[in-house]
Amino acid sequence: MDFLQKLGHKTLSRFAALGRSTRMLIGALVNIPNPKKGTPLLIRQLYMIGYQSLLIIMVSGLFIGMVLALQGYTVLVGYGAEDSLGPLVALSLLRELGPVVTALLFAGRAGSALTAEIGLMKATEQLSSLEMMAIDPLKRVIAPRFWAGFISMPILALIFSAVAILGAHLVGVDWLGVDSGSFWSIMQAQVSFEKDILNGIIKSFVFALVVTWIALYKGYDCIPTSEGISKATTETVVHSSLAVLGFDFLLTAVMFSG
Amino acid sequence: MNTRKIEILVGLFVALGVIAFAVLALKVANSGISGSGEYYVLNAKFENIGSLKARAPIKVGGVVIGRVEGISIHPQEFVPVVNMKIDANYECQFSDTTSVSILTSGILGEQYLGISPVIASESARQSCLGNDSAGNSEADELDDLFGVESKALKNGDMIADTKSALVLEELIGQFLFNQGGE
Repeated sequence: MDFLQKLGHKTLSRFAALGRSTRMLIGALVNIPNPKKGTPLLIRQLYMIGYQSLLIIMVSGLFIGMVLALQGYTVLVGYGAEDSLGPLVALSLLRELGPVVTALLFAGRAGSALTAEIGLMKATEQLSSLEMMAIDPLKRVIAPRFWAGFISMPILALIFSAVAILGAHLVGVDWLGVDSGSFWSIMQAQVSFEKDILNGIIKSFVFALVVTWIALYKGYDCIPTSEGISKATTETVVHSSLAVLGFDFLLTAVMFSG
Repeated sequence: MNTRKIEILVGLFVALGVIAFAVLALKVANSGISGSGEYYVLNAKFENIGSLKARAPIKVGGVVIGRVEGISIHPQEFVPVVNMKIDANYECQFSDTTSVSILTSGILGEQYLGISPVIASESARQSCLGNDSAGNSEADELDDLFGVESKALKNGDMIADTKSALVLEELIGQFLFNQGGE
């Protein structure tokens, strides 16, 4: 009986959390935006979430591209097929690594910060104060952060892929001596705009939704103590990383298996 | 930090995103703009180009001297015509008896064009470059003797001596056909 009760309790609390998070998202997003008030808030969040993640994304992209080129070259050269390094690198980046690694880095860099910020706002009763002043914290605090994350991450993923391909070119062509024309021409022959680049962008929009939503909900729903905030921040990174990997499998199965 | 600075940095961020998208869309997925440099163009008709692609390298003894610019079908003869962009330093260096073949790098590698150069005679080179000398050099006399009129290849010329790509299926087909005949 105890076991059944525990199971039931857990299930119900999961569904309650799902409901609360959906209500939070709907409350934040379903409204008539006021461009005059909303834009400065959005730009500030784009700066905090997007621009400040730029460095880590570009540096990681450069190194991942270089490593891919190095690893790919050592395998391909055995078959005399090192000219295919270009499509190998470009396809793995555009389809998988670009969106996924960006989302994981984004969860660590920006998601944890979002959770901690909102959690502390809750703990210091700033959110309640806003409500006292008849300002909806969902619209004032949550909505700009959500849109900033949703806009930033696909841009970051695109920058990541572009920088990584340049890094692969650096190692493959300038260092290992793959022919530059083959590198680009075979890449262009194999990479399709709709199938690879657009699907990658769709993927990163889905990951952006998932990561930002989890980060905002964990902060908004945290226990307002220092321990609760630290737990919520950890949960943000863990849950959003797992969710990104899970969704990646689903999306890949839908997009690239047929 | 004031609003203006933040707005500029966000603008930079979005601009970088747009640039990345443009790079991916144009350079990675479609044919981009190739590098500059002086080039001249040669054409060659093949029977079968296999899987030769635009921008494939053109090599002389393994050294890249140009790129395939485009591949089209000859309007009357319905055979593939390959346009080759070759470094301008090599203009008027090759004789028109030079042969071009489609070769494969490695077992699974990509196909490229190999030029087996025949060096043009001095008089042919001069007349190709436009310095029409009196035309009484020894080489001319030799050519006259053998009844050959060798010219140097210049911009827009067609290379006559070409060897098509080896297509594995055709080779196997021929092999089986020959086996069956015995």
